[in-house]
Amino acid sequence: MVLQSSLKNCLQLSCILRTPKAGFRSTSRGGLIIQSISNDVYQNLAVEDWIHDHMNLDNQRVLFLWRNSPAVVIGRHQNPWQECNLRLLRQKNIKLARRRSGGGTVYHDLGNINLTFFTTRKKYERMENLKLVVKALKALRPQLDVHVTDRYDILLDRQYKISGTAAKLGRTTAYHHCTLLCNADKFVLSSVLKSPYEGLKSNATPSVPASVKNLFEEDPSLTCEMLLDAIAEEYAAQHRIDHRITLINPADETVLPGINNKTKELKSWEWVYGKTPKFSISTCFNMVYKDSVLDVKVDMDVKHGRIEVCNIDLPEQWLPPALCSELVKSLTGSKFCPNETTTLASTLLRACPQDDESHSKWNLLCENMMLLM
Amino acid sequence: VCIHRVRWCSSIRFIKSKYVCVCDKSALKFSHHQRLFRTSAVLRGQIVQFKLSDIGEGITEVTVKEWYIKEGDSVSQFDSICEVQSDKASVTITSRYDGVIRKLHYSLDEIAYVGKPLVDIEIDAAKGVAPEEDVVETPPMSHEEHTHQEIKGHKTLATPAVRRLAMENNIKLSEVVGTGKDNRILKEDILNYLAKQTGAILPPSPKAEIIPPLPKSETVPAAPKDKARTIPVPVSRPIVFSGKDKTEPITGFHKAMVKSMSAALKIPHFGYCDEVDLTQLIWLREELKALAQLRGVKLSFMPFFIKAASLGLLQYPILNAALDESCQNVTYKASHNIGIAMDTEQGLIVPNVKNVQACSVFEIASELNRLQSLGSAGQLGTNDLSGGTFTLSNIGTIGGTYAKPVILPPEVAIGALGKIQVLPRFNGKGEVYRAQIMNVSWSADHRIIDGATMARFSNLWKSYLENPASMLLDLK
Repeated sequence: MVLQSSLKNCLQLSCILRTPKAGFRSTSRGGLIIQSISNDVYQNLAVEDWIHDHMNLDNQRVLFLWRNSPAVVIGRHQNPWQECNLRLLRQKNIKLARRRSGGGTVYHDLGNINLTFFTTRKKYERMENLKLVVKALKALRPQLDVHVTDRYDILLDRQYKISGTAAKLGRTTAYHHCTLLCNADKFVLSSVLKSPYEGLKSNATPSVPASVKNLFEEDPSLTCEMLLDAIAEEYAAQHRIDHRITLINPADETVLPGINNKTKELKSWEWVYGKTPKFSISTCFNMVYKDSVLDVKVDMDVKHGRIEVCNIDLPEQWLPPALCSELVKSLTGSKFCPNETTTLASTLLRACPQDDESHSKWNLLCENMMLLM
Repeated sequence: VCIHRVRWCSSIRFIKSKYVCVCDKSALKFSHHQRLFRTSAVLRGQIVQFKLSDIGEGITEVTVKEWYIKEGDSVSQFDSICEVQSDKASVTITSRYDGVIRKLHYSLDEIAYVGKPLVDIEIDAAKGVAPEEDVVETPPMSHEEHTHQEIKGHKTLATPAVRRLAMENNIKLSEVVGTGKDNRILKEDILNYLAKQTGAILPPSPKAEIIPPLPKSETVPAAPKDKARTIPVPVSRPIVFSGKDKTEPITGFHKAMVKSMSAALKIPHFGYCDEVDLTQLIWLREELKALAQLRGVKLSFMPFFIKAASLGLLQYPILNAALDESCQNVTYKASHNIGIAMDTEQGLIVPNVKNVQACSVFEIASELNRLQSLGSAGQLGTNDLSGGTFTLSNIGTIGGTYAKPVILPPEVAIGALGKIQVLPRFNGKGEVYRAQIMNVSWSADHRIIDGATMARFSNLWKSYLENPASMLLDLK
């Protein structure tokens, strides 16, 4: 049961800036089920942030249902270069987002549903939530062989991962969210979650790869809507709350004041790439120029997504040394990003005298440098 | 220890003086130390070991992933201290106290234990600012503050930003009425206090009206208060500015721009401007837009401007040349690689359309589409961004009429196109009509290009655009 108009009442009465003694009347006593009308991963993550920061959950709990258009979501302390094929993401226009909870990297598309369980810090209980999901699935399709592992994954047929979990704990509130594969594109999933970058050394949280399967493959009659409804029903029954789902617009400032700022922050380069823990790259590649093959060795330290230290080892005199040192000097301090490197390199070229030969060599070197990013 | 030394001193007579000196020095050192110590003892609070609290689910260890503060920073209650991770859960640890961070017990990626100390915080009840500031700037005041706290019996809650604001305006926090949670002092409270002091017109916040002024004002030395009361009422509100200058290093793309623009300015520029009547071109484009759309290409004015420029360069090839470093040789470039200045998130980038001399207007339009979509996706390659021989900048899409564009080395000329305006102009019969006018501003390298050449090129370019049918005659 989906209900549109009372969203404003619901949320304005029950949340807004932690006023515990506001004496609100919650139309949904004890709990609330909301579903996002947006498929934008940043907007939806912003809703999670908003609820985490502004809602008073002392006497109630919230279930948030959402789906995203194609996106790769990495955990709070992960390294996107280590986790996914950024080149492919850019080519296919798949978004990259960093969530605030821990854990590993996942691929979202409209065939995947996301569930977020909000409670007070004291009532944080991941196992209970996952058992609820399994119960809902079994109620919907009793023949499904699904169970929860002690790593908080949900497995289908004892071998395929259909759900991964992550959580965020704050001072007074906490949330646990998980994915559920209904009919996601497994081909894209496996190709984007494979990193082509070599020579990376980092302390970032690594992901644990797993074989996945869609529930749709097990039972083609299942759709995302069915799963969402089933889980909402089970949640409402278990926590004895109103089973109606309230729709929420993550761009609506009147219901969620300050949400657009949160969305902006989640989209920013500083958050998505800049929060990558310090890492280093040590790699070599071959360049073919005219009739010769050259070995190039590159060493870089990247901190906050920016190149802190850069070292490029080229065969002597292949490029005028002044040119090469200019490149290294400019790269130091710039973002570890192919676009930044390209624009930087072409702009720099204008300041240095060059002939056609140096020009094409420079372009070749820069193209290869870009491939590392 | 001092006493011990003195005794020793007195027993040896002949070197007594020396020892006395030494003694004195050390005595001096000690008392100085004590003096310092005494002052800071007034300000130094207790050092509390803030332990890592229970995470839940029986978790005993976590990994420290990010510190939000460092040793020496001041924190307020509820400020975030660090981010720890345990088994897919990311936890934000917040401070329970106001004070100064004295020690971090773990470094990044180390394992921290629940129940064990995470950080040491020096709880400074008087102020939230670093002790060095206290000693240097306001020791007497803070002494009173300390007494205040004892009298008042509770902490003055305020964030470091609010404390700074108070300090900048010489306000004692104890005199400000806090309207936040737990009587926390908010920025608005400071502003209200200031307004009251100087009698400025500020709408009083309702809460401030209800709560009477603090009774302990008698214990405050009368001087500051009296001073406040005798200040004549000024006409203007005091400017409370708590912003700070922010300095950032210039990195990456901007560093490269600094270099390239500095090189560009070595070129002696001259400018030449004109206006172009685009009435006929606009009509032509309207006709052709639908046809181009059928072929899947968005047709703007730029392809016409670019093609017309190339036709002009065929007549005046010096504008498509490059001057070498020593200014000994001029190279006339065979290809017309016309660059289009684009404004992106990064800043200014100039991809170019290669070999315009061999392209039809449609082909130019299609290539522009490709470059524009790559540009907005941030995926332009080095090949697209280099090799330009002549540039056009359509700043008019953002606004402006005349401009003074800077030549992009190694090129020798550039044109900036202003916005299209509807203006009254006279036609051949002397009648006023609605003309669609666009201004163009050219800059050229005066070392090899003279004004006459630029003017003739501009006239030719202008004539192609004002009378598009004439382009047909010269198209190759």
